[in-house]
Formats: sequence, C-alpha cells, structure tokens
Amino acid sequence: MHRRTLVLALLAAAHGALAAGKEPVRVGFLTVNSGALAAGGRQMEEGLTLYLKEHGNTLAGRPIEVVTLDTAGQPATTRTRTQEAVERYKVHVIIGPLAAFEALAINDYIKQSKVPVISPSAAAEDLTQRSPNPWFVRAVGTSAQPNQPLGEYAAKTLKYKRVATIGDDFAFGHETTAGFQRTFEDNGGKIVQKQWAPLNVADYGSYVAAIKPDVDAVYASFAGANGLRFLRQYAEYGLKVPVLGNMTTVDEGILKNMGDEALGVVSCGWYTAAIDTPANKKLVQAGRAAYGADPGYYTVGAYTAAMFLDLALQKVKGKVEDKDAFMKALRSLDIPDSFRGPIKIDEHGNPVLTVYIRKVERKDGRLQNTVIQTYPNVSQFWKYDPKTFLSQPVYSREYPKAANLEQ
Amino acid sequence: MRFWLIQSLNGLALGGLLFLLSSGFSLIFGLMRVANLSHGAYFMLGAYVGLSVLNAGYGFWAGVAAGALSIAVLGAIIERLLLRRLSGRTFSQVLVTLGIAFIIADSSLLIWSGDPMPLPVPRALMGAVPVFGVFFPRYRLAVVGISIVTAVALWALLERTRLGAMIRAGVDDMDMARALGIPVPRLFTAVFCLGSALAGMGGVLGGPILSVYPGLDMDMLPLALIVLILGGPRSVVGAFAASFFIGFVYTFGQALFPQLAYVILFLPMVVALVLRPSGLFSARTA
Repeated sequence: MHRRTLVLALLAAAHGALAAGKEPVRVGFLTVNSGALAAGGRQMEEGLTLYLKEHGNTLAGRPIEVVTLDTAGQPATTRTRTQEAVERYKVHVIIGPLAAFEALAINDYIKQSKVPVISPSAAAEDLTQRSPNPWFVRAVGTSAQPNQPLGEYAAKTLKYKRVATIGDDFAFGHETTAGFQRTFEDNGGKIVQKQWAPLNVADYGSYVAAIKPDVDAVYASFAGANGLRFLRQYAEYGLKVPVLGNMTTVDEGILKNMGDEALGVVSCGWYTAAIDTPANKKLVQAGRAAYGADPGYYTVGAYTAAMFLDLALQKVKGKVEDKDAFMKALRSLDIPDSFRGPIKIDEHGNPVLTVYIRKVERKDGRLQNTVIQTYPNVSQFWKYDPKTFLSQPVYSREYPKAANLEQ
Repeated sequence: MRFWLIQSLNGLALGGLLFLLSSGFSLIFGLMRVANLSHGAYFMLGAYVGLSVLNAGYGFWAGVAAGALSIAVLGAIIERLLLRRLSGRTFSQVLVTLGIAFIIADSSLLIWSGDPMPLPVPRALMGAVPVFGVFFPRYRLAVVGISIVTAVALWALLERTRLGAMIRAGVDDMDMARALGIPVPRLFTAVFCLGSALAGMGGVLGGPILSVYPGLDMDMLPLALIVLILGGPRSVVGAFAASFFIGFVYTFGQALFPQLAYVILFLPMVVALVLRPSGLFSARTA
C-alpha cells in the first residue's frame, strides 16, 4: 500500500545567519504522517520543532537541516526511507523511527551503513539489551523501564495483593506488563488474571466484563487510541476497582481528550508534563502556546532526541563528520540537570533516568499526570544484575511466567 | 451465571453495532454487486461529522442525522460521478472504492488531526441499568434497540414498498428488471445513497463506544465483510442474523479463548465460504 511520500526540507539554512558559511548538519527525521500512527508522528514533529526553535535552528554553531520522511508506520517503507535518507540526502544522523517494529526493520541496515540513530520513541527492550546496535541510542526508556518501579510501588506503597492485567496484544503491551508483573510479584503481589486484547479490537466490553471483581487493582497497558477507549468503556460498565497504567495509557497526547473516567489512574513514566523544574515548565508553556496541548510521550521523546543531538554535537565541537567520535559522545552522554531529571546513557545505549509515578488529577481546568512518587536513576535492568537479566529471555507474553493465575 | 448473562448482553450490543455498520454494505453489494471498500471510511467520516456537529453545540441526535445525511450526499456524488462510469467492471470499482477510502482517511487526518476522540454518550442514556441483576450500560441497550428498529424499517422498505419491490427485482434479475422498465440507474443511486447514509449513521452511533480515530475505517471494514459473507447479500434478515451471530461468537470467543480471538472471528467466515458460499443465513438458494 503505497502512500503519499512527504519529503520536506524544513528549517533550512535561512536561520543559519549566525552560523554563516558553515555546512549544515543534516538530520533525517523518520516520522509517520499518515495512517493510524499519525497522531504520534505529528507530536514527534512538534517536539523536534520546539527544540530547534528554542535554539534558533543552530546547534553547536552549525545550522540544522531537517529532512522529514514519512514511513507511513510500515516497516518496509521505513527501510526504503532510511536508505533514501542515508544514500540520497546524505544525512549525518537519524532521529526516528516511531514504532519498535520499524526500528527493528532498519536495525541491520543501520549497522551496515554506520549512521548514528537517536530513537525518539521505539521502546523495544532488545534494541538495547540482547541485540544491541553500536549506532543506536535511545532517548526514551525501554518498554518495561518505568513499569518495574510501578510494580514495586503497587505492592509496597499501595499494598495491593491481587491485580488483574489487561493490555494490547503486541510486543509493547507484553513487555510493559511483564516488567510490572515481575517486580509486583517479587514484592509479594499476585497477578491473578491476564487478558490480551487484539490491537484493533472493536470493543472492550467483553474484556471489561470478564475482569475479576475481587481484585485490588487493574493494570492496563495500552498504546495509541486504545487507552482512551478502554478507560471510557471501563467507566461505562461502572467498574470501581482502581486502575494502574503504563505511560501511554494516560499519555498527555490523549489525556486532553479524556474525561472524568481517567481521574485517579496511577501510572508510571519517564516524563509527565507536571514535572516541577523550570526547564520543564518552559517546555510545557512553549508546547501549549504552539500546539495547544501538554507535551507527552512522542513530543518529549523527539524533544529529548534533539537535545541529545545538541549535547553530543557540542562535545565534538560540531564535527558530526567524525562519526566514531560523535557516536562515542552520544553514547556517553551524562546530563545531570535535564528538564526531566538526570539522564545518563548506559553502556548499551539506553538512558538511566528518573521514573515518575503519576496520578491523573484535574488541575487548572485540565487533566494532568501529577507526580506522587519519584524514582531517581532507574536503569533498564531496575535492581536486577544486568548480566543475569540479559541471560534471561526477553520480556514477552510468556515470560516471566504468571504462576498465580486463577481460573 | 453472571458471566453468561453479561457476555450475552455484550454479544447483543456488539451485534447491534455490527448491523448498523454492515446493513448498508450488504444492501449495496446485494443490488449493485459492488464491494464498496470505502464503507469503513464512510463509517469513520460519519462519526467525525457527528463529532463536529456535537462540538458545535448541537445535540447527539442532530449529530446522528448530520452524519447520515452528509455521507448520503457523498455516496450519491461518488455513485453518479465514479461508480456509474465503471458499471460492470468489478475490479475497477473495487479499486476506486479503495482509493476513495484512502482519500477519506488522509483528509480526515488533515481536518480532525490524528488524535483519538470520543463521542459523548447522550445525557439521557448515560450510566448503567440493572438487567436481571447485572449492571449494563444503558447506551449499549439503546444501540441494540436502534439496530432492531433499523432492521424492521429496512425490511418494511424492501418487502412492503414499491421501491423495495424494484430493488428486489434488481437483485434477483437485473436484466429482466431493466426490460420491465425499472429505472435501474436511478435505483442504484438511491440504494448507494441509502447504504452510505446507514454507514454514516452507524459511525455516529458507534462513536460513544468505539471513539473516532485514524484507522477506525480499516478496523471496521473486515467486520462488514464477514457479516456480508455470513449473511449472504440477499436479505436484511440475513445481515441481521449474521451481525448478532458474529457479535456472540466474537464476544464469547474473546472471553473464553482469548488467545484465539482472530481465529474465532474468521473461522466461521472460512467455513461459510466453503460450505455455503451464498451465506449461512441466506434465505433463498437461487
């Protein structure tokens, strides 16, 4: 299914007067402009634009030229577009793609062509675990990274004993749920029911109705529009059991279209628009002014990716052409005071970051993810030994095994 | 007991929704032999139009009417300007309707952005009501009711009116109908218009349950196809029975064998295609 291809050479050297005479850094931006993932793609573009605007389109003294390529959210197209970016537009670095399966589709090509990739969104565990790529750095957490603290929080602080889970039946849903399940059960909790709904299920009615009435909470892991649909139907059926969620279930990107049904949902994430730092307040304000909404997962993912690019460029004094030095700078970033807390890239290319436990509350007339607990310096391996962690299978629908399911 | 009751109600509600989605699709295919692959897009566009009308401050039912009317007009235009020229060329028609589906999807993305948006439940139908001791959302019961009313109205139209007689004549033997002086081209426009209106109406009515989001069109289209295949293209009763059959199979399948959700949905279709290509519920075997 070939869709329209949008190639925009944006933000060209016009603004580069400051850096006159300097060759621009060409950034290949892989996003999604059409199809079901387009909302996320648009938010990524907003995040990138916000950062570049803030910095006058000049990073480390060099103007930035962004080549925007639409992958349509399809792995095959992503592969072609990546090739186009590298071979035709000769980009120095790639920011993107959006979905994990897209990132997996270009993994080999990236290794081959040795072009630095900063991932603004794709969260698949193994990209920085069992099949790491030396040319890849992630600006966001892995799928399970914020969910591991949430599992512990649910067991220890909220004192939940029995939890039912429901999630999207694809890798992101599996990995997030597995992370939650592992730490929840390691801390004495029991997952008594697990439900998986197909990504494009028409109706959650039958799932909601099947949730065990005697659990302490329901853990919901949804992406895209599904969090919104699930929570509405959950409320429609009059269920009162508290809801826990992964980051995207109540992401700012969809929270703005939610109503009272989202109130009280406790979720986890490596960001929330409610983080109380001056830099974040500035970002939220700029986002609201420009796009009328709080920034969420995709916006902040791309914003952070641009920040990574900026800081790594500064380290190598703008010399992006020295790929090895630039990549080394990227992979050793250590940002003690970013707008979302300290960020340090680990040896696998994944950030060690602050995880926020958030609760949906209505403040200033809009729904927000208020911070109720902060976990600093959370690694993708949580409190587990990285070696042991990596010797175990990757999180999935079957791993870790749910031993406490009740019929 | 509670489980069976509430899942049965769920099956009913989903069946009602499926009938609202697929009745227009079956109607169009039955008469015109056009597999209108833009039907899902009509459904989505109807929901978006309804949402805009709601946001403009009009009531829910005004939104439903607007969704139905606007898609009816769109359907009439597409039938007259495009499909009529391709009459008899099935593949061209399928391709054109698929192209239209893409155009509608991308235009909707431009106009309504890609953010998923819920349609509010009309105030009078909010909340849950007790049904034999279990609580069930009032709106879903209303959807079942509306689908039954729609089915009866369609049945009456087809079986009890002159227009319906002409449509049935067209379905049974197009050439003979033409020879008898039935204005087949005008009939085609009318039916396409009606089928589109049903899709638009279904979109708005489904909105409070499904929400509107890019991709809703392609999520819905296969369901309409399954209903058509199971129900057979020849009768409202077939589409009605097939919708509720699928509603139940889907609901209980998901609840009892969650790992097999897709298998359960498509298996009856495959079986039907092998055993009864004219549809499980088709009344006549012409």
